[in-house]
Amino acid sequence: MSTLEIKDLHVSVDTPEGAKAILKGVDLTIASGQTHAIMGPNGSGKSTLAYSLAGHPKYLVTDGSVTLDGADVLAMTVDERARAGLFLAMQYPVEVPGVTMANFLRTAKTAIDGQAPPLRAWVKEVGQAMDRLRFDREFQERSINEGFSGGEKKRHEILQMELLKPAIAILDETDSGLDVDALRIVSEGVNRVKEATGLGVMLITHYTRILRYIHPDFVHVFVDGRVAERGGPELAERLEAEGYDRFVNA
Amino acid sequence: MTTFHQHGDGPAASRALRLASFDPAAFDRPSGREEEWRFTPVTQLGSLFEPSDLVPDAAVTVEQAGGATCALVPKDHPSVGTTPAPGDRVAAAAWQAAEQAFLVTFDGAGQAGPAGEVGEADRTGVTWLTARGGAAGQEAAPSAGLIVIEAKPGARGTVVIDHVGQAYRAGTMEIVLGEGADLTVVTLHQWAPDAVHVTSHRARLAKDAHLKHVTISTGGALVRVTPHVALEGPGANLELLGLNLTDTGQHHEAQLFVDHAAPNCTSRATYKGALLGEGAHSVWIGDVLIRGAAHGTDTYELNRNLVLAKGAHADSVPNLEIETGNIRGAGHASATGRFDDEQLFYLQARGIPEVEARSLVVHAFFNDLIGRIGRPEIEARLTGLVDQKLAAVMARLGLSLGPGGGAA
Ligand SMILES: Nc1ncnc2c1ncn2[C@@H]1O[C@H](COP(=O)(O)OP(=O)(O)O)[C@@H](O)[C@H]1O
Ligand SMILES: [Mg+2]
Repeated sequence: MSTLEIKDLHVSVDTPEGAKAILKGVDLTIASGQTHAIMGPNGSGKSTLAYSLAGHPKYLVTDGSVTLDGADVLAMTVDERARAGLFLAMQYPVEVPGVTMANFLRTAKTAIDGQAPPLRAWVKEVGQAMDRLRFDREFQERSINEGFSGGEKKRHEILQMELLKPAIAILDETDSGLDVDALRIVSEGVNRVKEATGLGVMLITHYTRILRYIHPDFVHVFVDGRVAERGGPELAERLEAEGYDRFVNA
Repeated sequence: MTTFHQHGDGPAASRALRLASFDPAAFDRPSGREEEWRFTPVTQLGSLFEPSDLVPDAAVTVEQAGGATCALVPKDHPSVGTTPAPGDRVAAAAWQAAEQAFLVTFDGAGQAGPAGEVGEADRTGVTWLTARGGAAGQEAAPSAGLIVIEAKPGARGTVVIDHVGQAYRAGTMEIVLGEGADLTVVTLHQWAPDAVHVTSHRARLAKDAHLKHVTISTGGALVRVTPHVALEGPGANLELLGLNLTDTGQHHEAQLFVDHAAPNCTSRATYKGALLGEGAHSVWIGDVLIRGAAHGTDTYELNRNLVLAKGAHADSVPNLEIETGNIRGAGHASATGRFDDEQLFYLQARGIPEVEARSLVVHAFFNDLIGRIGRPEIEARLTGLVDQKLAAVMARLGLSLGPGGGAA
């Protein structure tokens, strides 16, 4: 049972014109087994929140706190956060030419678990997880994300999540750019991991489409760097009907 | 049609017109301003410019004969001195000072070897040679080496020449490929930290010959390799591969000259380097000349440098001269950059510690190049060598560079 607690988080980025405040006091608590949808217009700071939690060096936390089961996440390095149980599925996964997916997955698993997985069992586990996400197993010999289609990159993020078994996953627009089949495959993957491991999910999305497959327990409307309104699944339905205008103009 | 791309600020003279001579006196003593010396610390090369200062030393140890016949031969042996003339003063001095040549011959698949130990050798195996300098830390006398590698028509072979120990040396390596020959030549410059080695590799390829020429520089204080390859027979195919790991106190230089003189030849040059410490300096100059007769030429050259430390510097100068419009392709690319922070973030975001993430990215940078050598036993050795040199440096960098530090 894990709890990610975000309190009054303020984040800015460096710009040529000086520091620019993007997150302006985010409060959010996610526990194991829960799914929180974060919905907001483009530019509202959703990716900034995701990257800040993962520790991307570009984002500067100016105020507030983030804890995972009481431990100070903001004091941890990027890799320490991952080993503590946080996982970020990125909106734009990075290509790393020359590092094979197989090598990457094994190295990451070894780092997260603190010991190398037994080879035979690991090969089997990776193969089966790839099958479920409709990945050709030959992808393992390809460089990380290099030449992958948009959908393949997103499925690769979910594959990593399934194999690394984090406590809390932040999915940053994992649905964007996916066709209906890919959306279903990815959503099934997320639901499978939730079921198997009690994963807590922060599901960042612009559209309500993915919520037909992954059912949120809570919906947070994110506008101008903070949560403008929160509610249950019914809030998503209202957003579907009314759009973000009401919040943006508020 | 003549198209001439000159990068950098040197005099824009065609490579075809550059002086070449076996006589050192034909070259002025370099001042460092000459096109071929402008990136090199010539003040460290004093004695290497004077043939009378150089002690001839053609000794090479045969670790494993593989498919080759190896022998010390006099310099007037018919196999010696058949490649293009030296292109700079050190190369000419090395040639003049040499008295004997170490001759490595691949005489054709299935052909019986000469009597004696070499005849018993595994003729498909790699030929491993070591050129050994003095003990590290001791002063080395200026010396001149001469190695000749010939692959007779239709012959195949792979030879690795490892350079170790302390040396102050001007070298010549001649590489001659007969029609249809297929030869891989790997030179490894592992030299002791103070070693200086300036070596001219001069090769000629007959019709349909294939040469893979690999230069690995990890050691020494100053290592300068100038491969000059004349593609003289139609359909010849050249692959030039280079890798340097250059740390504080090291200067690694490669100046290549690919001379497309015959039709339908192909050349590919891929050189990659990492600059590991403050003050490290690498130089890559890639001269490719496509002569008027070389229609159907296909050439591409690439130099990439990864700068891993502040105050390190990579000079990279691709240079393509095209004297015929009738070619299949000609291109070049050069890029020098630091670590990609987004790549590091991605790997770290999966729990991989920073030092290990950096190491993965650097190895990835070189893996593709090492994988092209095509002989697993050589690749394994090189990977080991790269690992060894990088391990220490990575730990050092991990503790001093980048957000978060490496003290996880
Ligand atoms: N590195 C940066 N430099 C300047 N502005 C940035 C930077 N990163 C994000 N922003 C700005 O911050 C705001 C929020 O961006 P982002 O978090 O990507 O929003 P979302 O994911 O909700 O679309 C946008 O106005 C964006 O332009
Ligand atoms: Mg975004």
